[in-house]
Amino acid sequence: MRGVKAVGIVACLALGAYATTIILRDPTLHPSILGMLIWFAGALLLHDLVLFPLYAAADRALTLLPPTRVPLVNHVRLPVLGAALTFLVFLPGIIRQGEPVVRGATGLDQEPFLARWLWLCAAMAGVSALVWIVRVTRRSAAGG
Amino acid sequence: MRIRIRWRSPIRGPWLTSVFGLVLLCALPVVIVTGLLDWVAYGSQPIPPDVGFLHLPTFDWPTRPAWLFRLTQGLHVGLGIVLVPVVLAKLWSVIPRLFTALPRDPLKALERLSLVMLVGGILFEIVTGLLNIQYDYVFGFSFYAAHYVGAWVFIAGFVLHVALKLPTMVRSLRSRSLRAELRTPLAETRSEPPHELVAPDPDPPTMSRRGALAVVGGGVVLLAGLTVGQTVDALRPTALLLPRGRTAPDDFPVNRTFAASGIADDAVGADWRLDLGAVRLSRAELAALPQHTADLPISCVEGWSTQQRWTGVRLRDLAAIAGVEQPSGAAVASVEEGPFARAALTRDQVLHPDSLLALQVNGADLSRDHGFPARVIVPALPGVHCTKWVAAIGFAP
Repeated sequence: MRGVKAVGIVACLALGAYATTIILRDPTLHPSILGMLIWFAGALLLHDLVLFPLYAAADRALTLLPPTRVPLVNHVRLPVLGAALTFLVFLPGIIRQGEPVVRGATGLDQEPFLARWLWLCAAMAGVSALVWIVRVTRRSAAGG
Repeated sequence: MRIRIRWRSPIRGPWLTSVFGLVLLCALPVVIVTGLLDWVAYGSQPIPPDVGFLHLPTFDWPTRPAWLFRLTQGLHVGLGIVLVPVVLAKLWSVIPRLFTALPRDPLKALERLSLVMLVGGILFEIVTGLLNIQYDYVFGFSFYAAHYVGAWVFIAGFVLHVALKLPTMVRSLRSRSLRAELRTPLAETRSEPPHELVAPDPDPPTMSRRGALAVVGGGVVLLAGLTVGQTVDALRPTALLLPRGRTAPDDFPVNRTFAASGIADDAVGADWRLDLGAVRLSRAELAALPQHTADLPISCVEGWSTQQRWTGVRLRDLAAIAGVEQPSGAAVASVEEGPFARAALTRDQVLHPDSLLALQVNGADLSRDHGFPARVIVPALPGVHCTKWVAAIGFAP
């Protein structure tokens, strides 16, 4: 069993290593090797050592919320998660990065995206707050 | 140095990890295969060109159904986006393992190394893919080559991970009933039995397991709602934050503007002629030929697509005019110069009755942005090969 596992692991590592030779086959790509390595390692390290500690710390901060009869924690957590997710995924448009290429490809600019994202965040926060108020009211009405 | 971290989540554990793992196990192969199909769809001009044996078996990219590339590439990009929350949740669920010491056993150490390919690979693919569809080339290297190599590095890690962890996943999924979990409220949420992923001394729960699944599912739905508009014309404006959710008023998306092409005005003016080798035709002469109308999609490698009504001369009629009755293919050249200014078409792509040199779209002459004086439109062909501002077509006998 250990032998099969060893062969499998080595084979997959070899496949990954062989994939990188695609870059070596094309001399025009050679100047990009360092950049690709930096972005590969960067994506990994940024997630594990920056993004994760950051969101874990932010989540810890939720314990500082004042205690309420209907806990606030998820009513804050969810809109913040929604805002963070959309910010990460749609970052280039929101911060207007790469605008000349966008203009060349689409004929349009990136002007509306920041405002749209802020409105989306406001909507998510608003809905979450509304649901919280409804829950508080229902609990009070139930005499809780 | 030894880092001691107190893991606090009471819901982190092998069952929850396995649920996320199962979703990814079902969905990621679709993303992988549709991505590799894109390489095949580029026909005789794939990018990167030389990939050794790391590609699907090649075949002539079909022309039927016309929406084929719209579907495969829409799935590749669309699924790739909506899986982001699932990938992040999966990584969150296993992150305590990252902070354990490197194993002494060389086999285990190699296995750990393969996780660099798995996790680094998928994050690299997500980041480069998301930047590419938003035209942000801040990374400064060839997107095509990097995304293709990154894909195979990830595939290697993914195959190994599935092979090694599938039994664990099945066992963990069987350890709890999904139905019971979906009925368990916050007040009754307890930790999973002791395991390396389960916190030995957790905080009280603030979210049930079903709540966590709903949050991740909600993230998927949110991103799906913000993405589908780049593929479905009727929902276009709902892609609020994507460049392909917008169009100029009363227009459909352009894949490259006339201004960006660098073409001089007079190169597509009254003196423009279509060069068929033996014959040169003016736009008026083309318009006098039998015209054919077809509803065909423009589908881009960036995942967006749009269906429009195109009118023009059938490519096979042009082949006959050029004196090539049975063309084996065609080389199309644009007035534009650059990497995508030439496209090779297969025999089927030339002979399909809906394959056109379009002069009009939706009943009006093409605008310059859409390829005036004439552009190629072929069923299921990647948009980048539907050459605009066509200068010459060489039909091969």
